[in-house]
Amino acid sequence: MPGKRRRALHLCEMGSFPCARPPPAGDGGGGAGYSRVVYCNDPGCPEATQLDYPGNAISTTRYTVANFIPKSLFEQFRRVANVFFLIVGIVSFSPLAPYRAVSVLLPLIVVVGATMIKEAFEDWRRKKQDIEVNNRKVQVYDGTRAFYQTEWKKLRVGDIVKVEKDEFFPADLLFLSSSFDDGICYVETMNLDGETNLKRKQCLEVTTTLHNECSFHKFKALIRCEDPNEKLYSFIGTMQYQGAQYPLAPQQILLRDSKLRNTQHIYGVVIFTGHDTKVMQNAMDPPSKRSNIERRMDKIVYVLFSGLVLIASTGSIFFGIKTKGEISDRNYRWYIRPDKSSIYFDPSRVALAAFFHFLTSLMLYGCLIPISLYISIEIVKVLQSTFINQDREMYCEETDKPACARTSNLNEELGQVNTILSDKTGTLTCNSMEFVKCSIGGVGYGSGLSEAEEAVRRGSQYESSELKDPPISSEGYNCAAVTRKSVKGFNFKDDRLMNRQWIKEPQSDVIQKFFRILAICHTAIPLVNNSSGDISYEAESPDEAAFVTAARELGFQFYERTQTSISLHEFDPNIGRKVDRTYKLLNILEFSSTRKRMSVIVKTEEDQLLLFCKGADSVIFERLAKNGQEFEAKTKCHINYYSEAGLRTLAIAYRKLSVEEYKKWHEEFLLAKSSVNADRDAIVDETAEKIERDLILVGATAVEDRLQKGVPECINKLAQAGIKIWILTGDKLETAINIGYACQVLRKCMKQIVITLDTPDIDALKKGENNAIEKALHESVAKQIRDAHSQVSVLKGSSGLFALIIDGNSLAFALSRSLENLFLDLAVDCAFVICCRTSPKQKALVTRLVKRSTRKTTLAIGDGANDVGMLQEADIGVGISGVEGMQAVMSSDFAIAQFRFLERLLLVHGHWCYRRIAAMICYFFYKNITFGFILFWFEAHAFFSGQPAYNDWYISFYNVAFTSLPVIALGVFDKDVPSRICLKFPSLHQDGVHNIFFSWPRILGWMLNGVCSSVIIYYFTTSAILQQPFNKDGHGAGTDILGAAMYTCVVWTVNCQLALCLGYFTWIHHVFIWGSIFFWYIFLIIYGSFPPTISTTAYRVFLEACAPSPLYWLSTLFVVISALLPYFLYSTFQRTFFPKYYNIIQSVRLENH
Amino acid sequence: MEMEGGSSSGSAGGTQTHHRFSPMRSRAFYRFTQQNLPACKPVLTPGWVIMTFLIMGIVFVPVGLVCLHASESVVEIVDRYDVECIPEAYRSNKVAYIKDSSISKNCNRTIKVQKHMKAPIYIYYELDNYYQNHRRFVKSRNDKQLLYGLKYKDTSSCKPEESSNGLPIVPCGLIAWSLFNDSYAFVRDRGEMNVNRKNIAWKSDREHKFGKHVYPFNFQNGTLIGGGKLDPSIPLSDQEDLIVWMRTAALPTFRKLYGIIEEDIDADEIITVHLVNNYNTYSFGGKKKIVLTTSNWLGGKNGFLGMAYIAIGTSFVLISVLFALIHVKYPRPRGDPTYLSWNRKSNAS
Repeated sequence: MPGKRRRALHLCEMGSFPCARPPPAGDGGGGAGYSRVVYCNDPGCPEATQLDYPGNAISTTRYTVANFIPKSLFEQFRRVANVFFLIVGIVSFSPLAPYRAVSVLLPLIVVVGATMIKEAFEDWRRKKQDIEVNNRKVQVYDGTRAFYQTEWKKLRVGDIVKVEKDEFFPADLLFLSSSFDDGICYVETMNLDGETNLKRKQCLEVTTTLHNECSFHKFKALIRCEDPNEKLYSFIGTMQYQGAQYPLAPQQILLRDSKLRNTQHIYGVVIFTGHDTKVMQNAMDPPSKRSNIERRMDKIVYVLFSGLVLIASTGSIFFGIKTKGEISDRNYRWYIRPDKSSIYFDPSRVALAAFFHFLTSLMLYGCLIPISLYISIEIVKVLQSTFINQDREMYCEETDKPACARTSNLNEELGQVNTILSDKTGTLTCNSMEFVKCSIGGVGYGSGLSEAEEAVRRGSQYESSELKDPPISSEGYNCAAVTRKSVKGFNFKDDRLMNRQWIKEPQSDVIQKFFRILAICHTAIPLVNNSSGDISYEAESPDEAAFVTAARELGFQFYERTQTSISLHEFDPNIGRKVDRTYKLLNILEFSSTRKRMSVIVKTEEDQLLLFCKGADSVIFERLAKNGQEFEAKTKCHINYYSEAGLRTLAIAYRKLSVEEYKKWHEEFLLAKSSVNADRDAIVDETAEKIERDLILVGATAVEDRLQKGVPECINKLAQAGIKIWILTGDKLETAINIGYACQVLRKCMKQIVITLDTPDIDALKKGENNAIEKALHESVAKQIRDAHSQVSVLKGSSGLFALIIDGNSLAFALSRSLENLFLDLAVDCAFVICCRTSPKQKALVTRLVKRSTRKTTLAIGDGANDVGMLQEADIGVGISGVEGMQAVMSSDFAIAQFRFLERLLLVHGHWCYRRIAAMICYFFYKNITFGFILFWFEAHAFFSGQPAYNDWYISFYNVAFTSLPVIALGVFDKDVPSRICLKFPSLHQDGVHNIFFSWPRILGWMLNGVCSSVIIYYFTTSAILQQPFNKDGHGAGTDILGAAMYTCVVWTVNCQLALCLGYFTWIHHVFIWGSIFFWYIFLIIYGSFPPTISTTAYRVFLEACAPSPLYWLSTLFVVISALLPYFLYSTFQRTFFPKYYNIIQSVRLENH
Repeated sequence: MEMEGGSSSGSAGGTQTHHRFSPMRSRAFYRFTQQNLPACKPVLTPGWVIMTFLIMGIVFVPVGLVCLHASESVVEIVDRYDVECIPEAYRSNKVAYIKDSSISKNCNRTIKVQKHMKAPIYIYYELDNYYQNHRRFVKSRNDKQLLYGLKYKDTSSCKPEESSNGLPIVPCGLIAWSLFNDSYAFVRDRGEMNVNRKNIAWKSDREHKFGKHVYPFNFQNGTLIGGGKLDPSIPLSDQEDLIVWMRTAALPTFRKLYGIIEEDIDADEIITVHLVNNYNTYSFGGKKKIVLTTSNWLGGKNGFLGMAYIAIGTSFVLISVLFALIHVKYPRPRGDPTYLSWNRKSNAS
């Protein structure tokens, strides 16, 4: 079963203000971006129709029936190679063409047609889905007294709809009322953000009474709200109803594509339809990425274009010279009638003739441009992706998730990764939190060691061991199935607190308060298992679930949440048994990454007003009251200790409120909430700030995020492969360092360079003026970087490894324009870099900096919404489809279930794909150059008149029939070494980093090889079979026989060449390679048996002339062997005497067998 | 140094688990998706390389010898006559001579046969610097007209020889128009030898490319006469010299079959060739030769293939020896991955 996916960020707002009174009117909306007006229950009124909002039908297709042909053709002909062939095809209808137009157009039609069919098929699937969605049924109020069924596509803005349980919402709705009296409903937003947990929505109190058909009869309201936008988690608007104005919040908005759960039915007003809905606004194509190889391939195509122009113009110049000579006395070629010449051969207008000849040559040598290269690569990459998706060893059984290549463009880029930028939480760790320690009233509780502590303790063991020798480690736990504990998310052991022993502690009242806060201050939903009575919790973040679980385990069982209350089974030490207590929930001040805290305000049964707050230690300590600092020093000490142990900490505090103070604040707060403008959030935060002060510290919690299985080993392997690893995390410096140790990024033998602004003298600086502080901080960072840099450069090469640790504040300065190069130099010299306390934006910035400055391939890996920027910025984004939501996966290029699969993805699939694509492209150019240059040599002997050596159809079938499949087999199946060896010798990865398979020398070498082959094939074939009688019957060999013989040699040579550079022969390769050669003969027989008016020079050429002639067969054998000889000699000498790393590995493998 | 075990992900083999994942799929398909198909993985070890070269050499040299022998056993006589057949007086202006139809073009050549020539003896004419592969030339024909005659009207591809005096030409086009028209007759002591001019074209050409009921029409009637004329009473399919001529040559130097002598010629016999030197190669300086040759299973005389086989075969043997020597002298310890680490390796670009 799929694991539960949640997100840590984007905590959704829940039950934010359960007030009954209508709030004071806000500023009423309007203005730019807030102009939408919805006439509820009156979509037909003139004002509404005037607004002309789009219907609810959606179309996600790229094409329509009408525009498919022009639009997809346009897409196709944006490729320069296709345009070239189109022009060639058009010109080939003129007498300029060296061969028949149809044989030029056929390959183009095949290639473009295949791509278009693929497009059409994909679009058809989208269309079918659209039709299904548009025709779903929904119940709409008819304006009189009944609901009737209609299709989704017929919905209009302002309609009132009724949505039943487990149905999808047809559009973005304003939630009016539900089958529950208190006007709540639960929705599942899996399609929006991948979260499977239920979210609670709450309608306005004034509309909860609209329960039945009759009540809608008189319902009329006017909604003013924001214009359609893509923000899923915000909504700003007001509703004018019964003369009063009510503010609207995301709480009241039900988004299209989410699902109604645990609620019988709801009524809602359609606000946004069709493409205006938030989910549709969100649907955007991710930025398209192209791989290095593909970019270089474009360059090569340009090189080939210039080669084409070059040889065409060479030919034209010679043609011009020769043609001019035609009319001279000694050289009068009467048999071509220069006196009656057409414009194309006119000796008196040589310049024009040469120009036309140039066009002819462009067509003739068009086969130098590999027309089928793009589609072949596309096919190959799709198949490679299928292999990645199918790989059993990247399949996570616990979560039932295979690896997923979401784009197929970047397969080969995987083999070239130089730097990995990794998120920590959820990526290296499981992101399933376990409550392990706490500090209450200055006393630390919880025994047991965290992983980081264990790793540090074992540190000496790693230090002595070799870099290449991964320790046999039993640590690392399955992320989803934590079976060793009876309670998930709870790993707390302390006899002083367990089993109600806490009442015997001296500060039992503080302990009670502590756990009560944990049980109340959250946004989790209890799920009661009816049969067993067990309660589990659906929480926004795993931390929160761990807290609520911990509270439950220690006797504060949260069992019910309503709109206005939270109920606990609580152990009362005074009575000595469990009692049920209900807390009236007044406000929730939500968590956000800027606030770094959340609070709830409750009223106890004793009518006491309390504010409970939990948050980051720094935030909480700033807001402590004078009398609330009793435990501050000790708690701080504990928090430091916990974070050193790699644990995540939160401080817990509370505050008593007086009724007057609360009332005053509450009004202010409501006002802020109901304002309708862009900075409402800021105003709300500011207001919340006013009550979250003078807190009394109770204690701190520490939860542990376990490392994922296999992470240290994987990192070790990646390091051996020479990949630089950066960890970008939001954690504290100490936590980050400890996690570094735990996953063996850091070792004791490494020299750590720490750049931070958290030093006492910096703190002292902070008292000054703003500008001065900035400057001073900048200076300080610059100085630290410079010092470190000199330190590194002194020791570079001698003692080796450095690790750079930098915190977010410093990073902000280090990334400034003046320092970024210096910083990067330093970072590049260090084996590992840890950036802690980084914001999502900084992550993306760091990624961009690394990518831009090193010019090497970067890979970012992350799992949360906060990593999205980083994933999109990097050359390759890898999303972990793990515990957090789907947002990272949605914006990634590859998705894997666990970090450890990265090893296989990069070292095995990356290596293979890189090698395959590189070899395939090189080979493609080789085969086309071989083919094209033969034409040139022939033309040089045919008066440069543009006469092709082969029959028309041989030429057009070359790329699509006789050489296409083997090259695909090379691109899909070839491997130099098996996966086992790839993993055993990670240094093989460096082949890709240094790009040795696709370096310019190699590419040019292949091209040279092509030229060599063409020379050998042309001259040897002509020398062997021309002039003398071709067979026993004395017939001579003409153009037809020479063409067929040479073509045979070409087909054999290029296919055998492919076989020579393959490292891996399966039956598929055999079928494709030998099949292609065999097919050439078949083709020749079939084509040769067409009437001579169609087959022209190929008529019976094989059966009658070639096949019975020993000369033909003997010369084929000889020419093919000698054409292959240069490459074979080169590669054997190179392998034997100057072996490359992979050559050595290959022979190792051979000997080990 | 050996590293053991790979990583956790590497060693968790798929074989134990696959049946759970896809019970319906066959093992072969599973191996396919896991890229684990049975395969042979050729690695070019020095031993292999040496053996390959040696074996190829051993195969190639005998093949070459056989080819060379076959080529050598063919008797071939080549006689260039384009200059000799012009009277001394016209040597300075050959073009004028050849164009002047009033002068007799008869010419006699004597050929001494060195070796016994066994029938059939093939007669070729060889032209040089003659671009039958010029695109303008090659395209100037009409296959449909050749097959269907006057019934087929669209002869635009034959330009500039598609019609004359307002009437279509059959066969049209430059190729037919420039038909080679020197003629040879061979006389030996015993008398004139019989030259068979049938069966000199490919059978498929005779039967399928040239119509049996298509007769030459309006041919060589224009102001400018190109090459030979055709007998309008003989269908195209029987005009074998035309058929041979129209199967265009690949290179500017080419031989075309003229006829077959179906009697043996003994060694040291002297043959007189009565030839009519009609064809104009003088305006562009092309040579004309007459070739008499026998043939065998490998065709005619061409030492290239045999020599090439022998040369390549010998070099294979040499390479393998060289390889072996280098390998013995500088044995490279292979199989040791620590021998070269990436860092120590000379950095590839």
